[in-house]
Amino acid sequence: MDSSQTLEKNGNGLKTALWVVAILMLLIGLPGVYDRLANGHIGANYGNLVTWGLWVAGYIFYIGLSAGAFLISSLLYVFGMKQFEKIGRLALFTAVVTLFLALLMIWMDLGHMGRAWHVMAYSNWKSPMAWMIWLYTFYFLLLCAELWLLMRSDFVRQSADPGWKGKVCKILKLGASDTSEESEKRDMKLVKILGAVGVPLAIMFHGGVGALFGTVAARPMWHSGLYPILFLLSAIVSGGALLMLVAAIFGKGLSENRSVMPILGKLVLATLLLDVLFQISEFLVVYRGGIPDHVEALNLVVFGEYWWVFWGLQLGIGTVIPIVILASKAINNPKMVALAGLLVVLGFIGVRLNIVIPALSAEEIHGFSEAIANPRMSNVYFPSLTEWLVTIGVCGVGLILFGIGEKIISPVRPTPGTEVPSATSA
Amino acid sequence: MKKDEATALDTKSTAPAEVSRRDLVTKFGVIGATALAATLAGVSLSACASASGATSSSSILKRRYGMVIDVRKCIGCRGCVLACKVENKTPPGVNYNVVLEQAFTVRPNDKPVFQTRPCFHCEKPSCVDVCPASATFKRESDGIVAIDYDRCIGCRYCLTACPYGARTFDFGENYPHTSEGSPFAAVPSPEYGQYRERSAHKSPIGNARKCTFCEHLQDDNGAYDKKAGRWPACARTCPGHAIVFGDLNDPESYPSRLLNERQAIRLKDDMGTEPNVYYLI
Repeated sequence: MDSSQTLEKNGNGLKTALWVVAILMLLIGLPGVYDRLANGHIGANYGNLVTWGLWVAGYIFYIGLSAGAFLISSLLYVFGMKQFEKIGRLALFTAVVTLFLALLMIWMDLGHMGRAWHVMAYSNWKSPMAWMIWLYTFYFLLLCAELWLLMRSDFVRQSADPGWKGKVCKILKLGASDTSEESEKRDMKLVKILGAVGVPLAIMFHGGVGALFGTVAARPMWHSGLYPILFLLSAIVSGGALLMLVAAIFGKGLSENRSVMPILGKLVLATLLLDVLFQISEFLVVYRGGIPDHVEALNLVVFGEYWWVFWGLQLGIGTVIPIVILASKAINNPKMVALAGLLVVLGFIGVRLNIVIPALSAEEIHGFSEAIANPRMSNVYFPSLTEWLVTIGVCGVGLILFGIGEKIISPVRPTPGTEVPSATSA
Repeated sequence: MKKDEATALDTKSTAPAEVSRRDLVTKFGVIGATALAATLAGVSLSACASASGATSSSSILKRRYGMVIDVRKCIGCRGCVLACKVENKTPPGVNYNVVLEQAFTVRPNDKPVFQTRPCFHCEKPSCVDVCPASATFKRESDGIVAIDYDRCIGCRYCLTACPYGARTFDFGENYPHTSEGSPFAAVPSPEYGQYRERSAHKSPIGNARKCTFCEHLQDDNGAYDKKAGRWPACARTCPGHAIVFGDLNDPESYPSRLLNERQAIRLKDDMGTEPNVYYLI
């Protein structure tokens, strides 16, 4: 088919561009990482009032993408929704990569990176953060196991290849050799079990990230029963949006994944609308409740110095335009759906920043930010160069991992007996 | 109420009911007796609270250090801030206490209210609960909330969770006169009696830090001595005697007597943190 060929060609051009961008981002990130490792936190702009900054926002951004991508993969592997056949592996792979990026971001944020293991060795079970680390660990192992089972027979088959890919697959197959249909069926059974365990796990850890913020009674903006739920919902929105984008580029891109785009689009549209409803509810309750401390933080979001993050990035780019695209006939145009995905993902950078920073920027005690004349004792925050560079570098790592992953997991073979008619099979 | 609980136990289990009831009655008896004794002795609220606390759990706080800060005596000189800096050798940005200034816009002729804010060493510290690595804790012996610098990972969750902003993070910055290599830099902080050499990548750099009520000035028995100068630096320095430090478990201590005689408030009491630092306003 002509159109699919041009799509593929465009896809290849896009991929080269992405590789260039990825490597550039990584290189840009290196000086930032160097500064972080050599000078600790001196180069960062967060302080004692705004205790968390861009890196924590980045962390919840990625962790949301991971939980969302995983939950969407479970629609296929646990609930058997064959519409998602094309992107099942891709969703799982996305979940692994974004989880890795999230942990990388939060690792950078630690005062003593070498002590990260303390959280496991000396867990305080009253702390949501300790729970988080344990749940991440199980989730990470589960994701890897599930992805490996899905790939196992492909690894075995490809390990005969003479090139680098064969060598990599030889390692990745971990000694497996069976490619029979029974073995694949057994794999799928295990995948279903793992996925079924993973669903509550993903809900727990991402709801838990919401609880990590929500339980902090000292910060009224976070301290709402909606927070864990909002985190879960927004995970599906952002994870789904990222999948729309990735599915359009990854592997054979749209020529392969065309059929799944409108389905993903509808899923993202529905959850995005629900997310908007939740946000409105939160705003209404806070503003009509009128408690000054609550209102102050939201005022910073809506009318503060960085109002444009809310109105422009979060609302305009991340909400209104994607809703217009996905609610109109444009949803049948895969390229438009991919664009909507890109916009939602970009908008979510704003969402995450607006969760972390204004809540901290609102003074806990009136007059606090003026008590000591020191930039660390200020409630004004804008990320420093180091923070930006590290963030860009981590994003570059993510793009590179996607680039490598694509070479290895590309051959998306439908599982036995579940052939789905695709728009491009001609 | 006693009876109700005993009956409730009876319905749950039949055989050991008698034992449970007897235990229960004894336990309540003890609480009643101590409460009665306390009331008879005319002991204040704080002693009463500790008496019931003692019977309900085996851990008895020997002392419970706290402060009573008289806002009307504070002149806003910020001597406490400086004294703390000198005592604990805290770097820039690390502040164990701050002085907040509140001007009343509706009453422009009133003098501003100054309010020094150390760590409140809460009975239920939210900072301790959120620490993922159990690196911060409330000491059973005297109620001081301390940090294990070697265990703290520097996630700053405690800074975030403290409703009073009482914790700060050591970013590794130095004053010009205390920069690495300068003679003043060689003077270590006496915190926790550890006398740590300050250098990059080493604790307390990269850690959360907070007021310890200058616990390094305690003797081996955990007691301070005001006459000998072993007294929290801010309270020792305050020229208006606005900061009154002492053992709130001791009914005869100065802060305990102030709490008895005067009307005190605690900041954000509705948070349930139960600070051990009170304000007289």
